Amino acid sequence: MAPAIMLAADAPKLSSANTGFMLIASALVLLMTPGLAFFYGGMVRVKSTLNMLMMSFISMGIVTILWVLYGFSMSFGTDHGSLIGWTSDFVGWTGIGKMDLWPGYTIPVFVFAVFQMMFAIITPALISGALADRVKFSAWAVFLVLWVTIVYFPVAHWVWGTGGWAYELGVIDFAGGTAVHINAGAAALGVILVIGKRVGFKKDPMRPHSLPLVMLGAGLLWFGWFGFNAGSWLGNDDGVGPLMFVNTQIATAAAMLAWLGYEKIRHGACTTLGAASGAVAGLVAITPSGGAVTPLGAIAVGAIAGVACAAAVGLKFRLGYDDSLDVVGVHMVGGIIGSLLIGFFASGKGQSTATGVFYGDHSFTQLWKQCAGVGGVLAYSLIVSAVLAFLLDKTIGMRVTQDEEISGIDRAEHAESAYDYSGAGGGVLGSALSAAAGAAGGKPSENQGDKKSGKQTKKVDA
Amino acid sequence: MKLITAVVKPYRLDEIKEALQSFGVHGLTVTEASGYGRQRGHTEVYRGAEYTVDLVPKIRIEVLTEDDDAEELIETIAKAARTGKIGDGKVWSVPVETAVRVRTGERGPDAL
Repeated sequence: MAPAIMLAADAPKLSSANTGFMLIASALVLLMTPGLAFFYGGMVRVKSTLNMLMMSFISMGIVTILWVLYGFSMSFGTDHGSLIGWTSDFVGWTGIGKMDLWPGYTIPVFVFAVFQMMFAIITPALISGALADRVKFSAWAVFLVLWVTIVYFPVAHWVWGTGGWAYELGVIDFAGGTAVHINAGAAALGVILVIGKRVGFKKDPMRPHSLPLVMLGAGLLWFGWFGFNAGSWLGNDDGVGPLMFVNTQIATAAAMLAWLGYEKIRHGACTTLGAASGAVAGLVAITPSGGAVTPLGAIAVGAIAGVACAAAVGLKFRLGYDDSLDVVGVHMVGGIIGSLLIGFFASGKGQSTATGVFYGDHSFTQLWKQCAGVGGVLAYSLIVSAVLAFLLDKTIGMRVTQDEEISGIDRAEHAESAYDYSGAGGGVLGSALSAAAGAAGGKPSENQGDKKSGKQTKKVDA
Repeated sequence: MKLITAVVKPYRLDEIKEALQSFGVHGLTVTEASGYGRQRGHTEVYRGAEYTVDLVPKIRIEVLTEDDDAEELIETIAKAARTGKIGDGKVWSVPVETAVRVRTGERGPDAL
């Protein structure tokens, strides 16, 4: 986030260019959440596709409401003890006038608040990838409410809120390397250590069911990320927003190539999933650093992140934790790499004059600051998320039954199937079977033996 | 009568169909199948995790024929399906008690 540089003599006036740009950037960031849903949804097996999509979509519902009610106030209200914000005018957004400007900037408070809302939505959605196939939808919804309240809202204040400890310390996190990616990755790790592995982890093949869906999701993420990153400067009067924009593209390209090169050497093929994953790893790593590094620095950040994340995703098999879709391996590791590399590659010519080890007087000062930010957020999120998951597991239960997990969480939790194969090819048999079942007064045959969808006896297609 | 079943590589289907047509076979049934023989499956890599996929896509061709033609028909199919590489598949025959042409009610060899 940009430091609030404001002189009393020339208080900023509303800029329609910045306001328009920020509204579009907000919509771009929102699009990342459905993009993420497809990215994750394609990676799971057919039987849990819809649950994966819904875990992201539900965040757009729940977090939007919470952000308006109290989240924005907790993250960006007046600082209390460097840990939390609170401004009663921000509660329910009742005290915000439509022409009130965000202090130090040329955009209305509403625009800033809605832009930040989109970050609060996608951050918990990122966690869901680690929990694939096995978490009760109701438990996930409750977890979402508690997690954003206890973890995301305070951490966003630490990192971006005036008075937050990391912000005041001078930790650089342009668009969310710590507050979003390390935060979500560490939370994912905390939760999966508590709830355990999927049935059949390391034994059954768990291949992605649709790589085209993964590529579509990765493409939407890449596109939306320009709003996420360039928008985080809240305007572009000093050229930092455009620098961030170009660095986003550069690092992502470098990371995708690096991941593909790594796996070509290690495994003999350039995979589609590798290209998508490498791109996301690059996007993650440039998120905190893109305002501080040069375009050549962005190539380095992307390439390092691409190789490191490609190596990190294998760790789960060796260490035995089921980070199902590699939220830890890509988001936590990528976020750490990007945040720490600021300590080496910050040129002093971007968002601030702080320089990394390779520039200026070759001081380690910024690197230590970055370590403090990374360590603080990582530890807090990991521990609190694990405790939350533990408490929920002991009360309402986090996981579906083993039977439901094996036969598919989509039907158990959502009473739907992602695809109707009977209609897709050789359709005669499928429709004949379900029509026969309907005529006999029964349910469509695919629902039989499923106690939840047993309630629904109406035939879908007559 | 005999039922000849062939489980072969999918891309050989056209060759086999042509061979059967020139042999004078007027009908056949094809289904998609999967399985493995001596060649086993293949390996796929997802984010560095290698999966052995045991089942390989195959097609199953079924043809009803008169006893006298069976041997020659098996040869014809095998020849058309052959690539010389491992995984070419199998062809076999079993005796069939009866067959009925649904439209006319003809039975036995007349139904073929």
